[in-house]
Amino acid sequence: MWYFSSPQIVHGEGALSHLGTLTGERACVVTDATLKRLGLLDQVLAALEPGGMQVLVIDSVEPDPSLKTVRAGAQQMLDFAPQWIVALGGGSVIDAAKGMWILYERPDIDAAAINPIETLGLRGKARFVAIPTTSGTGSEATWAIVLTDTDERRKLGLGSREAIPDFAIIDPALVAGLPARLRADTGLDALTHAVEGFTSTYASDFTDGLCLHAAKLVFANLPAAVAGDAAASEHMHNAATLAGLGFGNSMAALAHGMGHSLGGVFHVPHGRAVALFLPYTIEFCVRGGGTRYMELARALDLPAGDEEQAAAGLVKAIRDLERAVGQPLTLEEAGVSREQLEAELGLLVDNAMNDTQTIMATRIASDEELRELFRAAWEGRTVEI
Amino acid sequence: MTIPFPSDAWIKAMMVDLNESAAYLEAAKNWEGDFYFVVNPGGTLSEPVTLYMDLWHGKCRDAHAMDDPAALAPAFRLAGPVATWKKVMSKQLDPMQAMMTGQLKLTGNMAMVMKNVRAAKELVESCTRIPTDFPV
Ligand SMILES: [Zn+2]
Repeated sequence: MWYFSSPQIVHGEGALSHLGTLTGERACVVTDATLKRLGLLDQVLAALEPGGMQVLVIDSVEPDPSLKTVRAGAQQMLDFAPQWIVALGGGSVIDAAKGMWILYERPDIDAAAINPIETLGLRGKARFVAIPTTSGTGSEATWAIVLTDTDERRKLGLGSREAIPDFAIIDPALVAGLPARLRADTGLDALTHAVEGFTSTYASDFTDGLCLHAAKLVFANLPAAVAGDAAASEHMHNAATLAGLGFGNSMAALAHGMGHSLGGVFHVPHGRAVALFLPYTIEFCVRGGGTRYMELARALDLPAGDEEQAAAGLVKAIRDLERAVGQPLTLEEAGVSREQLEAELGLLVDNAMNDTQTIMATRIASDEELRELFRAAWEGRTVEI
Repeated sequence: MTIPFPSDAWIKAMMVDLNESAAYLEAAKNWEGDFYFVVNPGGTLSEPVTLYMDLWHGKCRDAHAMDDPAALAPAFRLAGPVATWKKVMSKQLDPMQAMMTGQLKLTGNMAMVMKNVRAAKELVESCTRIPTDFPV
């Protein structure tokens, strides 16, 4: 028994105008200072205008949003009492807004305790619209919520199936001006979602097609999108949501466990971190059996004579793509020194060990194995454990 | 030799297994909180059985069947029908999915759970290692 959760998806040119159909008295738009400065917030406010709602803007979400930010935003929502929450941004904004929404509906809950086990009873006060302004996180199509515990320097993989957005607005105009580095970082996050979503232990017939097609779209379009091609950019925007639907229902795996851990300690951007680890985790998982790399490699027209060959082909294809869009392949290239790695290795391993995504992998890494994986990723060495 | 589930002997066997598990010690080193495992009737099990386990920083300090479940107030409670326990313990049902679909009901400090999911996984791994005789 399992569920497939999805928002209603509004996509294509002009999708943002769907906001004009929303009715109610008050809407709260959650975003960040950059999107406000770039004028994207103004576009959203204009699109909301036909509904005639009073609007509160919360534009204080930081990258890797903290539990504190979520608690503060929820308090503003409690004071304003919106019927709609509109999240405009990348994964950080959308995840923070989901957390605020939950605490607004359930002020009795602690942000760090948001979980997929208890029934929350959302939508008694408000419904939720997610409008991604990057092409990768997939948060607009998932119920996952990643928040940072700044005291513990740890990203928490939280979530509730009820926190799936009501609407996801996938409008290519909102990513037309995305900087190349952000396109590369977030596009590789989408690829990691597709690969991990296809190979996680919760993968199913309902998620396989989404993950496979998203992976194909990323390989076919990311370099051109990074170079500024508009059609490729739209395909990447769609691929990110498809991958979100896929992994959101089948979960991510070890590269996300390690990526969350790295992000919590060294603040490497999420997509850059998870994609950096992905090849190492494929090398690790294929040695444990029970993987599906042949199926994935075949769908991508890569060599797939057996699982080992398929894994090696995937690793090479992922690294070639990362190289093509100027991404680091090792922790050293990502700016982490050997001394920093060794000084923080205990915390990195502890946090990766108990990340909610680590346990979805086909092979569960021990403390010692995680140490080796982090060290291999620093040196750029093949994983042979 | 198999051990009947649920029983005092079974939970004590699990305590021995947990305390020998390096994987559990690693994963649960920050875990604080004792547990009631409530096994509801099914098959030849006619009455609910409550098993107690005191889990503390990767070790199990105490484990026994409860004659009177009202006698203690543990931090966590995991409850479900014996048939569901059997599915989880024989690896036919993923424990997280069992909890996320309401087939097993978990109550307690959920922040502790969300920060220590691997500990929960290793706890269930221990269950699967006990040679068990189920009433269903
Ligand atoms: Zn991701």
